[in-house]
Amino acid sequence: MDSRQGSHAAPVLNKAVPVRHPGRWISAVVILGALALFLQSLVTNPNFRWDVVGAYILDTKVVQGVAWTLVLTVASMVLAIILAILLAFMRQSENPVFRWSSWVWVWFFRGTPVYTQLIFWGLIAVLYPKISAGVPFGPELFSVDTSTVVTATVAAILGLGLNESAYLAEIFRAGLSSVDRGQMEAAEALGMGKTKIMWRIILPQAMRVIVPPTGNETIGMLKTTSLVLAVPFTLDLTFATNALANRTYLPVPLLIVAAIWYLVITSLLMVGQHFIEAYYGKGVDNRAPAINPAAAKAAAAGAPSADAEPALKMEFPGEDSK
Amino acid sequence: MTVTTEKPLVQIEGLHKYYGDHHVLRGIDLAVNQGEVSVVIGPSGSGKSTMLRCVNLLETISAGRISVGGELIGYREVKGRLHDLKAKEIAAQRREIGMVFQRFNLFPHKTALQNIMEAPVQVKGQSKAAARKRALELLDRVGLGDRAGHYPSQLSGGQQQRVAIARALAMDPELMLFDEPTSALDPELVGDVLNVMKDLAKSGMTMIVVTHEIGFAREVGDRLTFMDGGVVVESGDPREVLANPQHPRTKEFLSRVL
Repeated sequence: MDSRQGSHAAPVLNKAVPVRHPGRWISAVVILGALALFLQSLVTNPNFRWDVVGAYILDTKVVQGVAWTLVLTVASMVLAIILAILLAFMRQSENPVFRWSSWVWVWFFRGTPVYTQLIFWGLIAVLYPKISAGVPFGPELFSVDTSTVVTATVAAILGLGLNESAYLAEIFRAGLSSVDRGQMEAAEALGMGKTKIMWRIILPQAMRVIVPPTGNETIGMLKTTSLVLAVPFTLDLTFATNALANRTYLPVPLLIVAAIWYLVITSLLMVGQHFIEAYYGKGVDNRAPAINPAAAKAAAAGAPSADAEPALKMEFPGEDSK
Repeated sequence: MTVTTEKPLVQIEGLHKYYGDHHVLRGIDLAVNQGEVSVVIGPSGSGKSTMLRCVNLLETISAGRISVGGELIGYREVKGRLHDLKAKEIAAQRREIGMVFQRFNLFPHKTALQNIMEAPVQVKGQSKAAARKRALELLDRVGLGDRAGHYPSQLSGGQQQRVAIARALAMDPELMLFDEPTSALDPELVGDVLNVMKDLAKSGMTMIVVTHEIGFAREVGDRLTFMDGGVVVESGDPREVLANPQHPRTKEFLSRVL
């Protein structure tokens, strides 16, 4: 087998009888059987009322609910991400006031239930009937009624976004500290300023660590929007389908309608996350190594370890001395 | 830049460094003239890397003065009192000083070309076209003209280090610092990096090189400094120091590495 010993003839490839896996066949039969029973029940059980699901899946109220749920999810996540970047940078700051304020923010918004916070934002007009700007204890420059500024939509976005910012701040902090210290030093040695180093060198690398849990949080947020009736905000998908269910006395098919829409949106979000991960993984994940054809052939032909150890050998043909 | 032969480009005087109670540098004096290659050797833990990192303020200076091009590094002296420089002023000083790290520290999310263009465009405000042209020239100079679009993960260690040298050169520094540039490389890749450094030395670049490559010191160095225990033990012409070390600690160290 040792090629250095000079046989140029192609080796005779081993043809071994593979190990049998009866367990796989048994488990497949059991699971497929269970699945078949479940699918049969979906079709035959009249209580599912698929006709009602079909009638309401594209109902105006439902589609509007989907749109509002998306608006709440996107708006509160954008708000949360902006705040989280700020909080994470503040947490790393040399300014102790920034570090401390960031810590307190996370402590407060992570430490109280989002439901409570949503009710609170709904009641903000009771607490502060007017929002005014002016000199403290001095003249007032302008003043507006709180209820005209903090509408139910704004209250819902603030409640969801501020709460989420605390969680994302921790994710961003972990991401920033995952970047090798040498990256900061290299950028500093080039004379780059702190802000540029953060935005151009550290954050793009941290994104590899930040994106997967943030995708998780976004999908979580999609479903957390169903809590906005605490504000009360009454246009989101869960509220819309519940209202229809109460009117028609048919809760099950309308829950199915809601579930289908949540699954569709989640699936779309997962696709988006895949592309964002690919973008920030460039240079690290997509090594695109030049596969050594000889090694690949040998590995494919050879031992069962070919699966465990893909032949991703990198070649450095340019390592020529000048 | 005007060549002033009287005053050294780099002047380190009475440099001390503490990490807490740990006294790492115990009074270092070192002068490097314009165009000189100053090689620093010594056992690990002798403080040679720390000294180098003080020159561009990657470490704070506990005591003593460092000046580059007649300008005090890290401080402003007003009426005999030192004032810390602002972050912006420190960044401006670092622009004049290129640094090459043991672990390369290329930006992994940028290609070789983007690594080199980053600082000229972002810090010096060069146009992308001009920075790109210069970066390609530098890549050619370090023998990697065909690797512009490669990410660091697609390059070998020796290639990465040569890109790192090109990245530092793109800022047109008046001084280059090398912190054990070949220590993390496989032996067969060391030669390429040393060749680039030799070319750089021949072109008249002022360099401080912390290294274990005694051959490089002998061939290229204008001055060799041996450090141990946070002090300069011996310093002089590399060929003389290597052939005829005066201090017993230098003799012992050289006998182990040669």
